[in-house]
Amino acid sequence: MSKTKPISGKTKLAELIASNHRLLQLLSRFGIGLGFGDRSIEEVCRINDVSSELFLIICDIYSDNNYKPNHTDFQHIDMRGLLPYLKASHQYYLEERFPHIEEHLQRIIKASGSKYGPMLSHFYDEYKQEVMQHIQYYEEEVVFPYIEALRKGEKPTSYNINEFRHNHTNIQDTLDDMMNILIKYLPGDILPMERIEISLDIMELSADLSCHSRLEDDVLIPYVESLENALP
Amino acid sequence: MTYRVLICEPSEIISTGLTEIIQKLPGFDVVSRLDTTEHLNERILTSDINILIINPLLLGYFERNQISQLSKEHPHLVVIALVTNLMDPSWLKSFHGTIEVNDSRLSITNKLNEIVQSNGKQEKVSDDIELSKREIDVLVAVAKGMMNKEIADQMNISIHTVISHRKNITKKTGIKSVAGLTVYAMINGLIEN
Repeated sequence: MSKTKPISGKTKLAELIASNHRLLQLLSRFGIGLGFGDRSIEEVCRINDVSSELFLIICDIYSDNNYKPNHTDFQHIDMRGLLPYLKASHQYYLEERFPHIEEHLQRIIKASGSKYGPMLSHFYDEYKQEVMQHIQYYEEEVVFPYIEALRKGEKPTSYNINEFRHNHTNIQDTLDDMMNILIKYLPGDILPMERIEISLDIMELSADLSCHSRLEDDVLIPYVESLENALP
Repeated sequence: MTYRVLICEPSEIISTGLTEIIQKLPGFDVVSRLDTTEHLNERILTSDINILIINPLLLGYFERNQISQLSKEHPHLVVIALVTNLMDPSWLKSFHGTIEVNDSRLSITNKLNEIVQSNGKQEKVSDDIELSKREIDVLVAVAKGMMNKEIADQMNISIHTVISHRKNITKKTGIKSVAGLTVYAMINGLIEN
C-alpha cells in the first residue's frame, strides 16, 4: 500500500487510519483507546504516554512494504514502548487470531472425514507448536528478558541478539502453506464458504505477521545491537 | 523454429551491416527494420517478431521504464540492446542481452544463440505446472522426513540437484514447509497417512 501524502505527528490520527484501515489494529497494541476525536497523532500519543516517533515508525512499516527505518534514529527516540507493543501483538495473535482461525479449521477438519481430517489436524497442531515456541519461549522467555537486562545496564554473557537473528524462523511460510492447501488442494466440495472465510483471515494474519517480522528485523534487532554496543 | 528478428537502429550503415550478418545465421531471419520507435509496437505484432534488436538511445535515456513497458506488452519478446556508444551498464541489465557495434561476426553469432537458449530454458520451467517423475520422488522423500543428504544418497544424485528439485516443487505447488509438502503428498495419494 503506498502513502498518498507524508504523515507527521501533526496529522490527525483519524486521517492516518482512513489512509490505511489496517492501522486500526495497532491502536489497542499501543494501549490507545477509540474516541480520539480530531486530535493529532502527537496529541493522542502524549495522552496515552506513547512515543509518537515509535508509533509513526511502526505505522510506516505497516503501510509501506519497502519502508526501512533509519537505525541511527533509535538513539534519539524513546523506545520504551517497543517491547510492550511486541508483547501485545503476540498476545493478540495467540489469544485472538489463532483461536479464531482454529475454530474455522475445526469445522473443516470435521467435514473432511477420516481421509483428510487427521492430516489437517496434525498439520495445524504442529504449526501451533511452532508458533507457541517462537513467540512464548523464544521471545517472551529468552529474548525479552535479555533486553530488559540490557536496559538496566547489565550485560548477560549467556546470550546476544545475533543468536536471535540467526534462529528467527519464519512462522508465516507454514501459514501460507495452510492457505494453499485449503484453497488449491483440498477437494472442492468440503465446506467451500468456510474455507473462503478462513483463507481471508489467514491472508490478513499473514500480512500482519510479515510486518511484525520486519519490525523485529529492522527495528528490534538494530535497537538491541545499539544497546549492546553502548555497554562496556 | 526460425526466430523472426526486428532491427530498430537509426544508422543505416549499422542496420544494414547487422542484417547482413544475421541473415547468414541459420535459425534467424531479419523480417523487418525500423529507424525510429514510432511504429515499433505495431510492427512487433504485425510481423510476429520474436527478437527485437534495438539501439537503447531510441528508447529515450530518461524514460527507462519503456523497456519494462515493452516486456509487459510483449511478454515473450526477447529484447537485445544494440550498443553503439558508451552507456550506463546498469541500464543495459534490463535487456535480455547486448550486441556491441564492434563485436565480431563470431561473437554476434554466439551471443544470439546464447540469449535465445537461456530465454527458452526460463520459459520452459515456468510453463510446466505438473511435477516431473523425479520431483515426485524427491517430494515423497521429503514428506517421509528425509534430509537432503539422505535423499541425494538414496537417489544417487548430488545435494545440489536435490535442492534444485525442491525449489521447483515449491515453485509449482506454492508450498514451502516440510509439513505442508507432507499434507500435499497425502492429499494427492503419493504417501499413506
